Parts: sequence; C-alpha cells; structure tokens
Amino acid sequence: MTSITALFYIFSSVLLFAAFRVITARSTVHAALFLVLAFFSASCIWMLLRAEFLAITLVLVYVGAVMVLFLFVVMMLDINVDSSRAGFWKHLPLAGFVGALIALQMALVLMRGFNLQAPQPSAKELELGNTKLLGIELYTQYLYPLQLAAVLLLVAIIAAIALTLRERKESRHMGASQQVRAKKADRLRIIKVAPTIEAPSAPVTSIAPIAPTPPATPAADSGTKP
Amino acid sequence: MTLGAITLGHYLSLGGILFALSVIGIFLNRRNLIVLLMAIELMLLAVNLNFIAFSHYLPLEADRMAGQVFVFFILTVAAAESAIGLAILVVLFRNRSSINVEELDQLKG
Repeated sequence: MTSITALFYIFSSVLLFAAFRVITARSTVHAALFLVLAFFSASCIWMLLRAEFLAITLVLVYVGAVMVLFLFVVMMLDINVDSSRAGFWKHLPLAGFVGALIALQMALVLMRGFNLQAPQPSAKELELGNTKLLGIELYTQYLYPLQLAAVLLLVAIIAAIALTLRERKESRHMGASQQVRAKKADRLRIIKVAPTIEAPSAPVTSIAPIAPTPPATPAADSGTKP
Repeated sequence: MTLGAITLGHYLSLGGILFALSVIGIFLNRRNLIVLLMAIELMLLAVNLNFIAFSHYLPLEADRMAGQVFVFFILTVAAAESAIGLAILVVLFRNRSSINVEELDQLKG
C-alpha cells in the first residue's frame, strides 16, 4: 500500500506542476508539451486506479492524436506571443480568487467524507481483467450509446473537413464532369455573318484615254484611289 | 485521512485542484484561444479522474464498470470537440489573422 501512496503523490505532483505550466507557459508550444506531460501522469494515476484500458486509451488518443493535432495547429498559425500575453497580470487577482474559492469549497466537502478505503478487487475482476470487463459492458449494456458515439465521430470528421477545405483560386485543374457534360453548342457558336458587299467606287472615267503618253497614268491613278 | 492509505478523497481533491487550475487558466489566457482549448481539455481530464476514482471505490461490484464506460464516452466527445474546435480556429485565423478572443466581437445579437 505504501508504494501506491508514494506513486500517487509523485504522479499527482507532476500532474499539478504540468497543469500549472500549461496555463502559465509563455509559448504555446511549451503549453502543448506540458499538456502532454499532464496527460501522461494522469494516465499513470488511472493505472493506480486499475483502469488500465482507459489509461492506455488516454495515451493513445490524447497524446497520440489530439496533442499532435494541437501541435500542428500551433505551428501552422503565426501567433504574436507578446500581444497574446497582454492582460495576463491584470486578470491574475480575479483568477486566483476564483480558483482558490473553487479549491476551498472542494476541500470543505472532500475533507469531511469520502475517506473510503479501496475495496478488494472482485473475483471476476481478477479473472477477466479490466479491458475484457469494459468490453463486455460496452457491447452488451451500452451498445446503442456506442453506436451514437461512432456517429458523433463521423459527424466530427465531416465537420472538420468541411470547415477547413477551401478551393484554391490559383490552382488549375480539369473538372471531369464538366468536360463530359460539354455540348457542341456550348463551345461552338455559328454566326450568320451578313456579307459585306463593297459598294463600287466612283466609276473610273479616265479609262478611255489609254495612255498614249506615260506621264498621264499616275495622274489617273491618283484620281481613282479615293 | 492518514498518509498511509490513499482514500477516495485524495483522488477527488486532485481532480478538484486540477479543475480549479484550469478555471484559472481560462481567466488568465483570455487572448489565446489555443490555450483556452487546452484548459478545457484539462477540465475534462479532471472530470474523468473523478469518474474513474468513484468507479474504483464503489462498494457495489455490479455497477463498478459504469463509471469507466462513461469516461470512454467523454473521451470520444472530447476528441470530437477538440477536432472541430481546432478546425474552427484555423478558419478563424485565416479570416481574421488573429485568435484573440477579445477581438471576436463581429457577431451582433
């Protein structure tokens, strides 16, 4: 029992330290990394409570997926650290007051009662193990909520993609369906063009004198041109 | 509560302190939406810790698994919530090039 006590105090102090650093860290990347540490130590505490499957799930889902997503987003966005820290010290007294109030109220309630000792693990628990028991419970009694949770995850996937997907204006790509649907009439336009018949210019009158002399022809040409 | 044995109260106090810390974090980091989301994750962690502690210390053997099932569903919902929250945040940053909560006052109503 003493080793569990020691482990509880170690893990919970690490957890509280990491949570404190999450809310006070200057850079958002540091906050995300301390949140990873907090999840790890919380998972260790859950193992002390003999919830092995959930502890592993916490590490896999949170540290493996959600925190990586957080880190991606943090590094993708260009956040101005100094402006995002403005008002930190201004809000500190109110925040400390509210937090201390919450902790005091909790302590008032929790110090009185709730000092139960842990019950001995049942024979079924020892025989089947936590994961199998949880699976039996999930797939028999909670089957319908499980399906609802699956639908919820699907909705979350679709929503996240639909929110962040955007058409790039500058990218050039072929729309295959538009190509297939194109008719000849869409592309080709046949225009009836009225023939333009040039009106005959003024009748050339100076045909008759058929150049008896060479200097006469340039004068006649210049006369017909306009 | 002696130092020797860990009782239910120890775990509940840990959850309470964690919850209070994340409330403080929401107050302090009004400007940074990402840290607000992280504080919400911490709150959910505290709640889950309480659920698991109660399920562990429950004397009734038949109902002992119900708390862990509930934590399972909370984990599912929290993962969906953070995915959608981060997607909204990315869209917000694209449109406003800022994730300051105090600048987000466009919505009149």
